[in-house]
Amino acid sequence: MNFDRGRIIRALLPVLVGIIFLVAWEAFVRLNHMPVYILPGPIRIATRLYEEWDTLSDSLLVTLAVTFAALAAAIIGGGGLAILFAQSKWIEASFFPYAVILQVTPIVAIAPLILIYVRNTEFALLICAWIVAFFPILSNTTLGLNSTDPNFLDLMQLYRARRWQVLWYLRMPGAMPYFLGGLKIAGGLSLIGAVVAEFTAGTATAGTGLAYRILESSYRLDIPRMYAGLVLLSLTGVLIFAAFSFISWLILHRWHESAAKREH
Amino acid sequence: MDTQTLATSLVRLRQVDKTFSNGTIAIKGLNLDLRAGSFTSLLGPSGCGKSTALRMIAGLTTPTTGSVDWTAGRPELGFVFQEPTLMPWRTVWGNVTLPLRIAGVPRSEAEPRIADALMRVGLTGFEKSYPRQLSGGMKMRVSIARALVTRPALLLMDEPFAALDEITRSRLNDDLLGVWQSQKLTIGFVTHSVFESVFLSDRILVMAARPGRVVADIAIDAPYPRDDAFRTSETYNHYCRIVSGALKQAMGGHHEL
Repeated sequence: MNFDRGRIIRALLPVLVGIIFLVAWEAFVRLNHMPVYILPGPIRIATRLYEEWDTLSDSLLVTLAVTFAALAAAIIGGGGLAILFAQSKWIEASFFPYAVILQVTPIVAIAPLILIYVRNTEFALLICAWIVAFFPILSNTTLGLNSTDPNFLDLMQLYRARRWQVLWYLRMPGAMPYFLGGLKIAGGLSLIGAVVAEFTAGTATAGTGLAYRILESSYRLDIPRMYAGLVLLSLTGVLIFAAFSFISWLILHRWHESAAKREH
Repeated sequence: MDTQTLATSLVRLRQVDKTFSNGTIAIKGLNLDLRAGSFTSLLGPSGCGKSTALRMIAGLTTPTTGSVDWTAGRPELGFVFQEPTLMPWRTVWGNVTLPLRIAGVPRSEAEPRIADALMRVGLTGFEKSYPRQLSGGMKMRVSIARALVTRPALLLMDEPFAALDEITRSRLNDDLLGVWQSQKLTIGFVTHSVFESVFLSDRILVMAARPGRVVADIAIDAPYPRDDAFRTSETYNHYCRIVSGALKQAMGGHHEL
């Protein structure tokens, strides 16, 4: 009973804070007669989002296509590299530092170069988003694959398990919670990567993604439309995170402590 | 040792030394054998190398010098760790099926064997449970079922019940004896409990530490099946006193039991 009430309050509190914030914002804009090209109120932004829905939603789909393609590539690339690293300490030692370098170099600095070398803009965007997204999957999955309980390895030796069997029956399922943790981070990052790359590309050529629409609106001083694009991006990010949290729960809830309800 | 015991040995460790990579001499000049069909306990204080000896028999670690000799080739063997060592993402059925899956036993042949192993440890009906839903004793039963499912001739158990409460432990002891007698198994059982070893074994090898070696070989000459009546019998008390004495001597009289 108390538990349920606590849960409801927990869910309502951020909603309440959001409503207060929006009301305060609208009041501030109206009371100070803020010009719309400096700070539009939430109602104006919502109206603009509605008016521009066709264009913005089309652009959102373009950005989403890049995001999910990059994420898929990150899962295959990051997961595949992690499995490769788990096969040999030498391979891991040789290549892991370069994965780190790729990760710590800001994507805004690399993106213009990639756009020069890769003719196809879509593909260039994909590469940028992939660079940002693959690292959390790689590092988490590598950690997971190496975190095997030594007793299980003894067990596998006792059963005379082959290398691939140890990987398939023991290391990969054991690494699943780590991989899913990486995936949750990578989902948001691939969206960020796609948007950053679109911004970089958008200053040079005409694009069609949501980031390009935001840039376009800023050239036209259509500030409400900029906000509308921003709102769409944030909502998309939240939805992606929620979707992966749900997938993670689906896979883990029957056995992993992070997702399972206490029964004792 | 005379030729007769040699003939019935399933496995013998001969003049085995084990030095760990950090330089610790775990075992020195260890000679021991497990006789076919016997229930042999290795009993000793911590650090006497009893677990290491068991792991050497299982092939999980190799002697630094000396040899592990199988009289009639290495049989199928099962191993039970101190921890249940169950994969949390697999159900009870999934965990017990794993050794057969890895060995490539066809499903039609595997299924009756799994059902049989689960029945022997009293877990019929829990096939679909996940390990986290089970108590410590039940997890250990799954672990034993998994060891039995390959139909081993030799079952090695490394302090399997040490983490369990007294009631669960004695119930598992009863059931283990039942399994041993119905399966014609040889069991090598590591424990640091005098009472457990006397109740279960027909032979106890008492080991001493620093360096690990066998210091007493005690036959427990009491008939099976053993039950609660045996636990309170004079014979049981008699052997507990003998084994306790041997253990105390093995520890050099310095340590409390």
